[in-house]
Amino acid sequence: MAEKVLMKGNEAIAEAAIMAGCRHFFGYPITPQTEVAAYMAKRMPKIGGTYLQAESEIAAINMVYGASSAGVRAMTSSSSPGISLKSEGLSYMAGSDLPAVLVNIQRGGPGLGGIRPSQSDYFQATRSSGHGDFHMIVLAPNTVQEMFDLTVEAFELADRYRMTTMILGDGMLGQVMEPVDISRGEAASTVTKDWALTGTKGQRKRNIINSLYLEAEELEMLNLKRFEKYADVEKIARTDNYLTEDAEVIIVAYGICARIARNAINEARQRGIKAGLIRPVTLWPFPKNQLKAAAEKAKAFVVVEMSMGQMIQDVELSIRCSRPVHLCSRTGGMVPTPESVLEAIENAAQAERS
Amino acid sequence: MEIVFQRPKALSDVSSHYCPGCTHGIIHRLVAEVLDELDLTGKTVGVAPVGCAVLAYNYFECDMAQAAHGRAPAVATGLKRANPANIVFTYQGDGDLAAIGTAETIHAAARGENITIIFVNNAIYGMTGGQMAPTTIPGQITQTSPYGRDPKYAGFPLKICETLSTVDGTAYAERVSVDSVKNVINAKKAIKKAFEYQVAGKGFTIVEVLSTCSTNWGLEPVEALTWLRENLIPYYPLGVYKDKEVF
Repeated sequence: MAEKVLMKGNEAIAEAAIMAGCRHFFGYPITPQTEVAAYMAKRMPKIGGTYLQAESEIAAINMVYGASSAGVRAMTSSSSPGISLKSEGLSYMAGSDLPAVLVNIQRGGPGLGGIRPSQSDYFQATRSSGHGDFHMIVLAPNTVQEMFDLTVEAFELADRYRMTTMILGDGMLGQVMEPVDISRGEAASTVTKDWALTGTKGQRKRNIINSLYLEAEELEMLNLKRFEKYADVEKIARTDNYLTEDAEVIIVAYGICARIARNAINEARQRGIKAGLIRPVTLWPFPKNQLKAAAEKAKAFVVVEMSMGQMIQDVELSIRCSRPVHLCSRTGGMVPTPESVLEAIENAAQAERS
Repeated sequence: MEIVFQRPKALSDVSSHYCPGCTHGIIHRLVAEVLDELDLTGKTVGVAPVGCAVLAYNYFECDMAQAAHGRAPAVATGLKRANPANIVFTYQGDGDLAAIGTAETIHAAARGENITIIFVNNAIYGMTGGQMAPTTIPGQITQTSPYGRDPKYAGFPLKICETLSTVDGTAYAERVSVDSVKNVINAKKAIKKAFEYQVAGKGFTIVEVLSTCSTNWGLEPVEALTWLRENLIPYYPLGVYKDKEVF
């Protein structure tokens, strides 16, 4: 039976992690994600888990590196400036093929920026979250329920592909309260971690977790192999579509922007403009095939995001710039209004007609 | 014929990359002998640093992780918290531990993290070719202190054992040296004690080992041992700085 609980987005993430079998959380306080840590601090000691407040974000991600090396499900959570500090650890985890879940409840930037919601870490999440050739899986929830569901899924994906999986939310999703069905959690997966550092017990050869390869040929071979894996990860790319079947103007938005866009789409349809929404649920891998298919029917695209225009590049690349792509964005912690999205839809439709 | 001396089982049968005259080999051997004697190899996870000892993961016959520069104590924390039954040690140089990893080191000690740190102090950056380390002593010439380290200009060296002895979570901190047979024997005793303390769950333990860097000091191996004795030991006095059993 469904068990609905009223929760903050940040709390839903924490509870989902626990239900997914995560018993090791390493964090450092930063607004607007601190409830994740506070929830873990409260719950973990009661269930035999570890909540450890690290001395820095850098230490926290490296504690995750250590715990993940030992084969357990481990997690850390932060917000934009803190994610920058974790970049080094993320690169090492990628180089060592370690699974973990990382939460980024974004605030405005650059620098210390502000504490209001933002989506300006899109490039950092999907392009380069550290040095070297690598990717993370990036999941973008847009409801508190989805923050719960995608967190459970994030642990599964991380283990399956031995990759860091990021939950990319924003300050608004982190703070909003909604009813959540928490009966959808799953027990820890049965993925065998025969690579984990648990002590040889004198029964096997030593395991080594390492990202140093001094021979160029060997390192290139490993990078190629990792990208073969990424090609396989492409199949998890997915979207959540709304009224796209007959849409002439397609909004592309994720997270809280997608919810705002829905209101604007409803209003646009009342005004006779066939608008629809494609919401990427996976930001990496980006659902480029879905976008490409939509471009065959749609006349124009409007990307709504809380950045100076970052995801818009992925949209343009996916459709090979075959249709005009407009940007409707706010930044600095400002959230777009349904009215401003509606105006962008009308302008895009107008441009097509003229 | 009776075998009276052989390679410790915890040490791999491979050639090491260390320079001739470097004492890393001795220190590796001491750690391996202790793991053998305490029968810990099968439950031990080691953490290699960035620096000269980065390839330590090839030399110890236990599970090994390689950490980012300075982050070994944080990685060790994650390993130990995930599996408290494992014995976890880090093997770090002075650049790794006393410069970029100062925060990770001090806070692992402050938490009383039940791990052991083997801290190899040769007062210079070896891997990158002989630059000034946080532990480079006043007057010491390095590539980046070409006129000798001037504390007025470059600041003072960090004394790690002294510093960590003031931290409540530190259970055991001792500084040893491997410049002579007598000191090597003492060094092994200290390393053994540190691992025994971890087995007993007493908390954070660190053994600082004064070591040579013939290559970057620009000295013959024997001269390097003499230089260590005459210059490093007076600045970094040997001895127990913290022992929860005693103090």
